[in-house]
Order: sequence, then C-alpha cells, then structure tokens
Amino acid sequence: MNILEVKDLQKTFATQIAVDKISFQLEKGSIFGLLGPNGAGKTTLIRMITGIFYPDAGEILFEGKPFDPMNDILRIGYMPEERGLYKKMKIGEQALYLAQLKGLSRSEALQRAKEWFVKFEMQSWWNKKVEDLSKGMGQKLQFVTTVMHEPRLIILDEPFSGLDPVNSNLIKDEIYSLARKGATIVFSTHRMEQVEEICDHIILVNRGQKILDGTVGGVKQQFKENLFRIGLERPLTGEDLKTADASDAFTVVGRADGQLVVKIAEGHRPNDVLSWFIRKGEGITSFVEILPSLNDIFIRLVEGTPLARQFQRL
Amino acid sequence: MSNNKIWLITRREYLTRVRNRTFLLSTFLFPLVIILFIAGSVMIATQTHTHHKIAVVDANGYFKDYLRSDSSLSFDFSPGIDTLNYADRGNTAVLIIPPLPEDNVTIYRLKFKKQLGPAAKDDLENRVNNAITDHLIYEKTSVSRIQLDTLRSRSKIAALRTFDDNDKKARASNQNAAGAIGYVCAILIYMLTFIYGAMVMRGVMEEKTNRIAEVVVSSVKPFQLMMGKITGIGAVGLTQFLLWIVLLVGLSFLAQAFIPPSVGKEIMQLQQANAMGNAGNAIKVSEGANRIYEFQSAMSAANLGLTIFCFLFYFIGGYLFYSALFAAIGSAVNEDPQEAQSLMMPVTLPIVFSFFVATVALQDPTGPLAVWASIIPFSSPIVMTGRIPFGVPGTVPWWQLGLSMVSLVAGFLVTVWLAGKIYRTGILMYGKKPTWKTMWKWAFHK
Repeated sequence: MNILEVKDLQKTFATQIAVDKISFQLEKGSIFGLLGPNGAGKTTLIRMITGIFYPDAGEILFEGKPFDPMNDILRIGYMPEERGLYKKMKIGEQALYLAQLKGLSRSEALQRAKEWFVKFEMQSWWNKKVEDLSKGMGQKLQFVTTVMHEPRLIILDEPFSGLDPVNSNLIKDEIYSLARKGATIVFSTHRMEQVEEICDHIILVNRGQKILDGTVGGVKQQFKENLFRIGLERPLTGEDLKTADASDAFTVVGRADGQLVVKIAEGHRPNDVLSWFIRKGEGITSFVEILPSLNDIFIRLVEGTPLARQFQRL
Repeated sequence: MSNNKIWLITRREYLTRVRNRTFLLSTFLFPLVIILFIAGSVMIATQTHTHHKIAVVDANGYFKDYLRSDSSLSFDFSPGIDTLNYADRGNTAVLIIPPLPEDNVTIYRLKFKKQLGPAAKDDLENRVNNAITDHLIYEKTSVSRIQLDTLRSRSKIAALRTFDDNDKKARASNQNAAGAIGYVCAILIYMLTFIYGAMVMRGVMEEKTNRIAEVVVSSVKPFQLMMGKITGIGAVGLTQFLLWIVLLVGLSFLAQAFIPPSVGKEIMQLQQANAMGNAGNAIKVSEGANRIYEFQSAMSAANLGLTIFCFLFYFIGGYLFYSALFAAIGSAVNEDPQEAQSLMMPVTLPIVFSFFVATVALQDPTGPLAVWASIIPFSSPIVMTGRIPFGVPGTVPWWQLGLSMVSLVAGFLVTVWLAGKIYRTGILMYGKKPTWKTMWKWAFHK
C-alpha cells in the first residue's frame, strides 16, 4: 500500500517553474531517497508534501485520500535542512512544545519525550538551554522532536550533517527501526554513499523534473556499462594486451592493482570474456561486474546542467 | 484544533517573556522613566527663563513709571543710553519708542545683538501695551496711581472653575488636568506601540534567522504562528499594564497615608464646600491641600473607568494594527538589522506623526484635526486616548468614539490580513534583500 502518491505536482514561482509535473509513489515502510542538485526543486516538493506550500496543479494522496494539510501534517514529521530551535528555551520544554504543536497532549508529550531522552541518553539535558548545546547535540534533539509524535511519514533533509560517526549510527539505526515499525521515510541528501546504504527506492530531480525513479539496485542495473574487473594469476604485460585487444568480445579500459577492467562489447556475454582468457591459459582469480555508484550516475545525469539555480527568483 | 495551536504558541510567547528577569525590571523601571521624562520636560519648560536687561530710549517720558522690572525682564532708563552703547552697558536689547500719538498705530523698535526668543518678545509687547493703557487711564480719568495699582491687584481675585454640562448635574472639570492625563495617555500608547511592535518584529526575526520557522510551519499555519506571537506579546503588554495599575493604586494609598491629618481635614472642607455649590467662596486652605483636592477632582472628572477602558481598547487595537505590520517586516528581513531599519520607516512614520497630531489635538480637542485624526485608524489610538480625558460625550461625542472604535477594528483586521500574506511568503524566504515592492507582491500575488 502506498502511504503517499504524488501525481503531476506543479509549483511555479513568479519567474520559474520550481516543480514541473513530478509524480511518484511511496510504499509504506520503505526508505525513499529524494536526490537532486542544489536548487533542483527538492525543498519546494517537500514543502508541498508537508503542507507549507499549496501546489499550483497536481494531486497529493496521503494514505489513499486527498491530502488535507490541516490534519495530515500531524502525521508527518519534517526535519528541514535549515533547521533551528529556540535558543533561549529549555530543551525539555522545547521538545514538549513542538510535540504539542503536532497534536499531542501535554502528558503524552511528556511521557514520550522522557522515553526518547532515555533512549538517546539526553536525560541530563532537560533543563539546559539550546544555546548551551553543541551542533551535534542540537541535531539529536531535532531528530527527537521530528519523530516524537510517531508520524507515519518522516521527511529528513540531510539528517546526518554535523554528526560524528557514533551519533550518525545511532540515528541510522533509529531510522531503520522506525521503518520496520511501519513508518515511511523520505531521505534527502547529497551524500550518495548514505543513499546506497540506507535507501530502498530513489528518485532524482533536476531542474524541477523527475529524471530517474527506481530501486537502488534497479537504477544501477539501468546505468551499468558492462564493465567487469578480472583478477589474474599473472599480471598481463603490454604485449599480452595487444593480443587481448584482438578479441572482439571486449576492450580493456583500465588496469589497477594487477587487475584488468574490461568493457564487454555489445552482443557479447561475460562468458565470452572468460572463455578467451581460459583459451589463453591465463589463471583467473576473480571476475566481478562493476556497477556504477549512485554518485557516478548522479554526476552523469546532472552534469552539463547549471547546478545551482537560484531559488525562487521573484 | 487551530485555535488550540494559536493558544499553544501564545502561551509559549507569553511565558518565555514573563518568566524573563528583564520583564519585571522593565515593568518597574518604565513608570520611573515616564515620570522622569514628564518631570524633566516640565522642569525644562519652567526653569529656563533667562533674565533680559533691556535699555529703553523713550521719547514720551512716561514709560519709566509703568514698565516694572522683575525676574524675567528688567529695564534700563539711564540717560545717555542709545543704540550704539546699549550692549556695552550690559543690555540685551534696546527698545526705541517714538512719540506715540493717541489714535493711530505707531511702530516702535527693538534692536538686539542676541535673539530674545518668542516668549520674551511677547511678554515685552504685552508690557508696553499695558504701560500705554495704564498711562491713558491715569491721564484721561481721575484715577490715581495708587487706585490703579490696587485695582490691578484686586482684579486677580476671580478664579475660573470649569464645569462639564453634559450630565444632569454639572460636574467640575479641570481642563489642565484633563490635558495632562490625555498627554500621559497619548505618550503611553505611543511608547507602548513602539516597544511591543519592535518586540514582535524581533521575535519574528529571531524565528526566521534561527530557522525554526520552517520546523514550526510544518506543524501549524504561518498565520497561526504570526497570530500566536502577536497575541502572546500583547498579553505580556496587558500584564505589564495591569501591574502598573496595581502599582499606581498601591502608591496612591501609600501617599494618602502620608498626608498629615490637618491637610486631610482641609481637603474634607473643600469637598464639602464644593458639594454645597459654594465653591465661589474660597475657603482659606493651605496650598498643599488645594493641590491634592484639585488632583482628586480632576481624577474624578476625567471619568477614570471610561478612560481606562478606552485606554485598554486603543492599546489593544493600536497594538494589533501596528504589530501586524511589524511582524510583516520581521518576516521579510534577513539577518541584517539594517534592512529592518529601512523597511520600518513607513510604519514608524505614522506613529510619530500621530503623536505630533495628538499634541496639537490636546490644545484644541474639538477641532477638525483632532476629530479626524481620532477616527482614522492610523492615528486614532494615540489621538483618541489623548482626547477622552476631556470628557465623553462632551468633548468626544459617542458617535465619534463609536466610529473610531469600529474603524480601528476594521483597520487592524486589514493590517493583520495583509501582514499574514506577507508573512507567509517572507518567513521562508532567505537571501534576498526585501523591499516594500516585493512585500507588496507577496501580499497580492494570487
């Protein structure tokens, strides 16, 4: 079942189209990567899903029903990239306040805040002020305030920035556990290795349009270049390579650490490569397909377009 | 649900400010500052008389007998003084009076090296005219100099008491006291509008620069966030006002305890005399008792209940009217406080202007300027609160009060609506230097 369905969503600011007919679906319990260069329209898209902006055209279905900002935003948790807290307010009070704004009663909020503070070992912070916290500590608090009201849809924009590896893992584990419990997570970041590690499904947005949609594995398959890394018992010399070039099944595109990187020509299969080496009598120690990293795919798709659009030029 | 959220925001805004130590401090310091300000301006107004010595060259020969020297002006009739040497002899100016015919206006001259100032000039003019009158009375009638002097001093025995004739029973009114109360009310509204308006603006700017705005507007509507802030800070203002009233009542009780019993008795006598309607027969009482009695009667004449009610109404109305505009500015600016400065002009200007109108309106509380300025919502909070102590429905008819209140409510509904539209866009807009033109676009785009 889809928790969120977005159809032909469109938002235009005075002089430019920020979001241009974007459609996608979010499966319940999945972790979804929303990728795109700066100024691609991600924030505008998120702001429409969180009820901050009204779309000019298109449709948002939340849990199968048309999106009702007044009530549905209570079931969404949003941690914006540019986030902040009231500096002069005590941390406990702040958590209670933000949870109450999401519709929890004061007693519910108090109970859940205490649970989360214990889980994240933040109990001693309760009466401190935000201005006394380090950036990473503030980040943890921000995460807690985002998920405290048990939202069904959690939108996290660069949730790991400013966190040390220990705290990053803490948050990451929490994200997995929330997803297991049935929450859907939208994860927006520029850190592609995190996307590969965490996300099930991604879409890539550029210049207001969706240019890629699929599972992480599927996207990699879609963009693979038939590259394979072959480990050989005996490093091949330039002389050998000349003969290797002679094969029409593949071309050698690189050599590293005594291994060869080959590109299999159109119409041939990996077996053709292997059988060529076997015929040559070379001992093969490994044979691995090289899939492109999301980083490579991202750069390939986005390169050549102006990376940073000025947001909302009026 | 939505009201509940405004309530939550209001509560936070209110509590964080009232719990702050600076709240208590400013609550008790502000009246002190006001008192010092008023006392200071009264002092400056009364204490800065400069003494002028004026040489007189009189062709008529009789002015010597009529122009008397006193603490503000003294006259030098020494022979041989002229326009060339008056300054060397320590005079500020020289007055040259030609022979005056009896039946047409003749010009006389005052020469000076240093300006006397308009007050001293008017004073001098009056004295010269009085001197001529006195001289004519003395010359043309059989009144002697002594009789003339006695008459002059006797003619000061009538004291004007004014009465408000709008009720069944005419009530004693005191124009000066009403003016003073009106002035204090106008100053208070003027200062409070600025103080709390700026507080709203800073609060909005804080939320924007802290980037908490986006977190909060994913839970509540921007309008709710803005309204919550405005009502929360408004509640802080009302609390402060309430504390001032408590303070004032407490202090006046304290002051009454310090009035000596003899003076208290005299005040009683005055009250009884006035109640019997024979205020004309002035009872001999001490200066202090008279002052306190006048203050008391002014307070009762000013219709304290209505004055306080209207003060609260116009404080709230004016606050809502202007703080919404301040919130809109706060939402538009980025980190740079300089930007706020330049955007604030069109909002602060009408406030300052209304205060100037109020000072004029207090001199002529039924004039057309006073009437219109107290109906138009831009200036009504300051001007109307200044006029009300003069009396309702006498000086301010009910229809004016009603129209003014209705238009103020309509006015703040418009500014709140307008500000809400600007705020909605501005609060999430970073990096662009705002102008009134872009804010106008935000307000009326779509």
